[in-house]
Amino acid sequence: MKKKWRIWLDGPYLIWTAAFIIIPLLMIVYFGLTDKTGAFTWSNILQMGTPERLKALFLSLLLSLIATAICLLMAYPLALILNNMKAGATGFITTIFIIPMWMNSLLRILAWQTLLERNGVINQLLGMMHLPKLYIINTPYAIALGMIYDFLPFMLLPIYNALQKIDVNVVNAAYDLGANRFQTFWKVIFPLSLPGVISGITMVFVPALTTFVISDFLGGSKVLLIGNVIEQQFTQVGNWNVGSGLSLVLMIFILISMAIMQHYDKDTGESTTTL
Amino acid sequence: MSNKLIDLQHITKAFDGNVVLDDLNLYIRENEFLTLLGPSGCGKTTTLRIMGGFETPDQGRVIFDGADITSLAPNKRQLNTVFQKYALFTHMTVADNIAFGLRIRKKTDAYIKDKIKYALKLVNLEGFENRTPDSLSGGQQQRIAIARAIVNEPKVLLLDEPLGALDLKLRQDMQYELIRLKNELGITFIYVTHDQEEALTMSDTIVVMNQGYIQQIGTPEDIYNEPQNAFVADFIGDSNIVNGMMIQDKLVEIFGVKYDCVDTGFGTNKPVDVVIRPEDVELISLPEDAQQGSEEYQNIVSRIMQFNHGFFEGTVSHIIFKGMHYEMEVQARGFEWLVLSTRMFPVGTRVLMSVDPFNIQIMHKPESEDEKAVSMDPEA
Repeated sequence: MKKKWRIWLDGPYLIWTAAFIIIPLLMIVYFGLTDKTGAFTWSNILQMGTPERLKALFLSLLLSLIATAICLLMAYPLALILNNMKAGATGFITTIFIIPMWMNSLLRILAWQTLLERNGVINQLLGMMHLPKLYIINTPYAIALGMIYDFLPFMLLPIYNALQKIDVNVVNAAYDLGANRFQTFWKVIFPLSLPGVISGITMVFVPALTTFVISDFLGGSKVLLIGNVIEQQFTQVGNWNVGSGLSLVLMIFILISMAIMQHYDKDTGESTTTL
Repeated sequence: MSNKLIDLQHITKAFDGNVVLDDLNLYIRENEFLTLLGPSGCGKTTTLRIMGGFETPDQGRVIFDGADITSLAPNKRQLNTVFQKYALFTHMTVADNIAFGLRIRKKTDAYIKDKIKYALKLVNLEGFENRTPDSLSGGQQQRIAIARAIVNEPKVLLLDEPLGALDLKLRQDMQYELIRLKNELGITFIYVTHDQEEALTMSDTIVVMNQGYIQQIGTPEDIYNEPQNAFVADFIGDSNIVNGMMIQDKLVEIFGVKYDCVDTGFGTNKPVDVVIRPEDVELISLPEDAQQGSEEYQNIVSRIMQFNHGFFEGTVSHIIFKGMHYEMEVQARGFEWLVLSTRMFPVGTRVLMSVDPFNIQIMHKPESEDEKAVSMDPEA
């Protein structure tokens, strides 16, 4: 009897999972491992080996690592400060950091394009103050900036959540047992916040590695990331097989980085990741 | 039980304008098991946190072993705390939890290993070194929290309602365990609880607190048998607290009936509070047809008058079986008396109630509502 109504509950999700996750994934695997005639081949995968594409992959990895690191360095102290503030003030400041997320991310990147242009808002202001101008549009610097701006809240929130969950008496217990502020932070607060840090890193690193919108708007046509290379295969070249093959390679990189994260997470105890 | 180890002098503390402690004076002797007892919001936990260094008093001083530690950081104090809900480090093993304070103090590995073993043995959890706190029951976690505190050899152990989260049976076991631990360690325990039974079981000294004031300091026997005011009498155990009039020394009038008592020094014709413990009320049942003034009635009265002067006639209105005894409500003179007796008196029984003069506690009436919370001289 139970099974009969269970199927009505589970059914829609099963259909959704099949239609929008499993089938598309299998299609990418199929396209990635076949040529135009449908015969099996590794050549799409090996297409990643061209110097231009390796360069794009390397630059993507580098920029997303830098963006993730800077987000972490900015978000952690902020999360600590928020956590130590009184409830009312915390809500206000978190909201300020969250508000940009209510706007379309494309719009936010477009705004940065306008700000950073050769004769954009920032350079006009700098000119008025007779300061040297900033020419970073269409360089990797602008892309990194865009990534940091776009993804900072995704680093902040999980860390803040993890810090909020730490019982104040656990921190007091560390002081009580003789630890100073520095020791208390490194031995107790930081390890207990690690699940949040790991969620944050995953939520910044993965979208940064695969983005093509940010590099499109802030990198012009001069800087190619792996996301752009894949996008071009689908939209401009029209070669789904190579596009899928390159996607598979990128997916493997993401899986490897997630596995490394999981490994560190396990080392710090049975703590479960938030989000 | 010798010199003052901790001396709290004129401690005042307010949170957002709410005075939590008002000119509190209290000292704790070496090797004492002292319990701060009171309802929530009475200031007991704040007092403990001030000793631990987690709160700084607005006024007053904390003297520890002769030195002023009022503004010393918690990590510099020679006392350790066992927190409510254990506050274990969940990202560490049991052994690492216990070793935390020792590693901070840079003890050698061999010393730490010995200490962990000793502490686990002391709390009856040998072999638990590599377990994680999450895999332990509440009672086991509490023992680890105690072990983590005592390996640092503090002079004082502060315990903040440590048994609050445990079930009744485990709580009782842990009470004996704590007494044993205190005797083995020979250090001072300061214990905070709202559970009067816990306080009576374990303490050498009980400090009853209410609304930021100390109501009474004394041994468990003193506190139970000689409550100094209606609050203490009401908070510790069950009591009948009624209005009375002190006619003269050793004679009090309750509901128009004169009773012998043993208290003196209240003056003449002074309104007082009278406390009578429910187990001290003696009941004698009246035959249903025994009329007031009849011979049968007079015989019973004269039996009472041999021992106690004064009695009421009442009717049992409610009875509950409690295992060891019956708990009854007796209506008499418009007051509902709580009476405990090993004998059963069915509902509706007419009874004569009397009390041994020794068991009548006379207390000064507070002159206003506010004075309920008036502080008592701790030396008194």
